[in-house]
Amino acid sequence: MLAFDFFGATEGGLFDINATLPLMAIQVVVLTYILNSLFFKPVGNVVEKREKFVSNNIMDAKNKLSEVEKLEADLLSQLQSARSEAQKIVSEAENESDKLYKEALELANNEANASKEKARLEIENQTSSAREQLFNQAADLSELIVNRLILEK
Amino acid sequence: MFLNSLPTNFAALEVGQHLYWQIGNIRLHGQVFLTSWILLGALLVFISLGTKKMENDPKGLQNLLEFLWDYIRDLARTQIGEKVYRDWMPFIGTLFLFVFVSNWGGALIPWRLIKLPSGELGAPTADINTTIALALLVSLSYFYAGLSNKGWRYFEYYVHPTPIMLPFKILEDFTKPLSLSFRLFGNILADELVVGVLVFLVPLVLPIPVMFLGLFTSAIQALIFATLAAYYIGEAVEEHH
Repeated sequence: MLAFDFFGATEGGLFDINATLPLMAIQVVVLTYILNSLFFKPVGNVVEKREKFVSNNIMDAKNKLSEVEKLEADLLSQLQSARSEAQKIVSEAENESDKLYKEALELANNEANASKEKARLEIENQTSSAREQLFNQAADLSELIVNRLILEK
Repeated sequence: MFLNSLPTNFAALEVGQHLYWQIGNIRLHGQVFLTSWILLGALLVFISLGTKKMENDPKGLQNLLEFLWDYIRDLARTQIGEKVYRDWMPFIGTLFLFVFVSNWGGALIPWRLIKLPSGELGAPTADINTTIALALLVSLSYFYAGLSNKGWRYFEYYVHPTPIMLPFKILEDFTKPLSLSFRLFGNILADELVVGVLVFLVPLVLPIPVMFLGLFTSAIQALIFATLAAYYIGEAVEEHH
């Protein structure tokens, strides 16, 4: 075939094409099938199984994470509402106690004022009666003094 | 020829000489088959050892083989496309492994220590028969891929942007295998020759960097061959819209 006389070789040469070519082609085709069953298929199965496993796990974890985030948000809103409710209750109770305190204070003030007034009135009464008594006594006494003076004369 | 006038011990390189096997009517280059059997045998042993006990947590050899598998899958997927790369991955991977093992085996193993009656052992890819066989397989593959995926619509590819492209596209079908085979053959043979000549002239130290360069070239050539094969197949199965 294409047998050039390269580099002084008596037969063959660099471009000596012969039955080596088709046989080598057949050998490579056979090698493809051998490597497919020995290397590409088994390794591919293992690698793809693992990739599936990993991607499934990642998906699972993502789902769980989103679920957790949802729950967390839920919890947070619940906490918020509970907190505001507590705030409301506390402020209500404060108002109530304030009101009660004011009422009690007013009541106590009124009572104190009333008893103070009563005491004052009583004191006034007693004072005036005492004064009257004293006046009467002074009158009696002066009459007595006068009578005596007159009688001695 | 002019090279005949060189000193006779230049023939110690034994370029273009072959160990002929005569089987009936046909003649074979025995040294190509010998080295390819040794190297492919080693490859198969390596792969069977690595895939013997496959585990979900890869260890040792399995790890390396999985890395290799992943590398080949990426190569096939980027060039051929998501749709059909699975069908062609074993072929692309076999091309890559065959060329890589042949190139590196030819460069790393001191074949010269084994004396043959004629010719010498070396990288199987330094023989034009091997590279043309590989290139023709690639040609057949992309025709088959195109026809099996798109039927007769495959030939739309030849007039794709405009019918003016027709002669160039037809020419491409010839230049593709030609460039594939001669690129690989030329690179590997040149590497072997350079190392051979340097070892012949300066047997110490000096050839070592060239040997490393040769290893680099060998790996690159394997990658280029597999990538181009995958690209041609991808081009054939690509849908034009």
